[in-house]
Amino acid sequence: MLTFILRRLALGLLMLIALSVLVFVLLRLAPGDPIDAYIDPNVSMSRAEMAAIRARLGLDQPMPVQYFAWLGAAATGDLGYSIQRSGVRVLELVFERIGPTLLLMATGLVLSIVLGIATGIIGAVRRNSTTDVGLSVAAFVGISSPAFLTALLGLYFFSVQFRIAPSGGMLTPGAPFSVGDLLAHLILPAALLSIGQAALIMRYMRASMLEVLNQDYVRTARAKGVREFFVIVKHALRNALLPVITLIGSTIGMAIGGAIFIESVFNWPGMGLLMVNAVETRDYPVIMGATLVIGACVILVNLLTDITYAAVDPRIQVA
Amino acid sequence: MPEPILDISGLTTVYRIAGKDVAVVQDLDLAIAPGETVALVGESGSGKSVTSLSILRLLPRIGRVAKGSVGFRSKSGVVRDLARLDADALRQVRGNDVGMIFQEPMTSLNPVYTVGEQIAEPIRIHLGKSHKDAAAAAVQLLADVGIPDPARRAKQYPHELSGGMRQRATIAMALACDPALLIADEPTTALDVTIQAQILDLLQQLQAQRGMGILFVTHNLGVVAEIADRVAVMYAGRVVETGRVADVFAHPRHPYTIGLMRSVPRLGEATLLKQAGTPLPTIPGTVPSLARLPQGCSFAPRCSHAIEACRAAVPPLLDTGNDQASRCIRWQEL
Repeated sequence: MLTFILRRLALGLLMLIALSVLVFVLLRLAPGDPIDAYIDPNVSMSRAEMAAIRARLGLDQPMPVQYFAWLGAAATGDLGYSIQRSGVRVLELVFERIGPTLLLMATGLVLSIVLGIATGIIGAVRRNSTTDVGLSVAAFVGISSPAFLTALLGLYFFSVQFRIAPSGGMLTPGAPFSVGDLLAHLILPAALLSIGQAALIMRYMRASMLEVLNQDYVRTARAKGVREFFVIVKHALRNALLPVITLIGSTIGMAIGGAIFIESVFNWPGMGLLMVNAVETRDYPVIMGATLVIGACVILVNLLTDITYAAVDPRIQVA
Repeated sequence: MPEPILDISGLTTVYRIAGKDVAVVQDLDLAIAPGETVALVGESGSGKSVTSLSILRLLPRIGRVAKGSVGFRSKSGVVRDLARLDADALRQVRGNDVGMIFQEPMTSLNPVYTVGEQIAEPIRIHLGKSHKDAAAAAVQLLADVGIPDPARRAKQYPHELSGGMRQRATIAMALACDPALLIADEPTTALDVTIQAQILDLLQQLQAQRGMGILFVTHNLGVVAEIADRVAVMYAGRVVETGRVADVFAHPRHPYTIGLMRSVPRLGEATLLKQAGTPLPTIPGTVPSLARLPQGCSFAPRCSHAIEACRAAVPPLLDTGNDQASRCIRWQEL
């Protein structure tokens, strides 16, 4: 198990380096220049002055030189400074933002897992009933609704029309910190973030559960006199979860895309908002740093998924 | 015959297929005495497995017991009709008074729990033992069914055991609460011949120790001869002949039984027949669809003895003497 984890971590490191090369090249290929956003448009500047700034920031060097300079610093934990907010370390910016994002994503994920698995089981156990059909229709609507649409609709109904949730931010400005205030701000964006994934998990869970309920060992459990409730949650559920675990692991990357939308709509002070701002101003070090941290999170989550899978299914030998 | 532990009377089980109820078992009577082994034989689709599933109502969603009674005398001596018992009371009979083993040892064990845990489960449910005591009992049961190194095996998962060992484990699971009746639904069909013989020996040995009745479902007449006291031959959802194994084998009273017995190739027979230029004997035609059974005797279209009267009405089970009965109106002329 330990060798497996170490090997996967080493592999993850290689993937991170590959990711950084890709992002680096793509950024330099994209039109736009960080200097344009950096300089004050009201102050006229000569070409020589601009070249001087460029040289000071190291942007005049050839691309491989720039990349390896960045990589060398990154290896020592130095992700450089933001171009736009001079003097602010990228690492600082990222660490400041990662907490809120992790909170939002984790809450959304927990909601979607609980909701998706519960409704999936109900759908399978009461297959073809009104409940099942209703849940399936709801799931299809959920899967087909893009995040930007559900986010805006959610904002409109719950914040503007019914006024039961704050319209944005993570805490009420000026008010002393309280968990209740945080939860009030958290619940709507987290719920909206979970819709798509909950719907997807529900569909997979239902299909997987239906298959498992037809297995011989479920009949064996009934033949032993196991209560129907435990036949479902003990004998069938653990087997039915296996494909769903894989699904959850592989959709977490997708959830990050959704989180960026939700953060923009709800002005949530997380990585998504940081990224969007950084991309708009071509703040290369921030984009690189944020991408790297998100990439590391996705790789860790996938590793966790595999470990969970091995823990649930004794037939899987990780070595 | 002593008080039977199982007394099935007039059992009719239907499957709902394309909006219609199709009878897959019709008007079946069957009794098993304590310590007795009754074999239920027939081809695929004859209703033998459905009969075994009907007893504990473990039928698939489309199936239900439509008519008849399943009288069962529990350990305490109380006779109850399992066909009418409510779900909770029935659950207390399952795995406790009646144990069941299935055809596929590969798929009838849950892959994500250890063998020991699966055997301990009914002990905890029905006998109210603690996790620790039930686990110890499970190890003892594994030893009882002849699994070497039972303490280690109990901690293993089904995929770590061979087919024969898995079937031994399912037997241990079925016997965990010392049931009065064991239902074995083709327990040796999926196994190698040598393992099959071992499992049959084990069942006989356990039966001798515990005195339980066994309902043994099989399509294999050789297995019937080896293990059963009495046999019921099923065809198209009905019992067509029943009696003591030795009597039925010596004097079959139904053309279908005769056909079945002739279809079993004997050692060297194939070579002899080939030299003589005759094919292996088979029963002509195929099993009729249960949704469209022919008028009268279901076997009549495939029977060389069939006459007009056979097609007029379903023949009743006729007493042919010597505790034997046949659903053939011409049994005396066979």
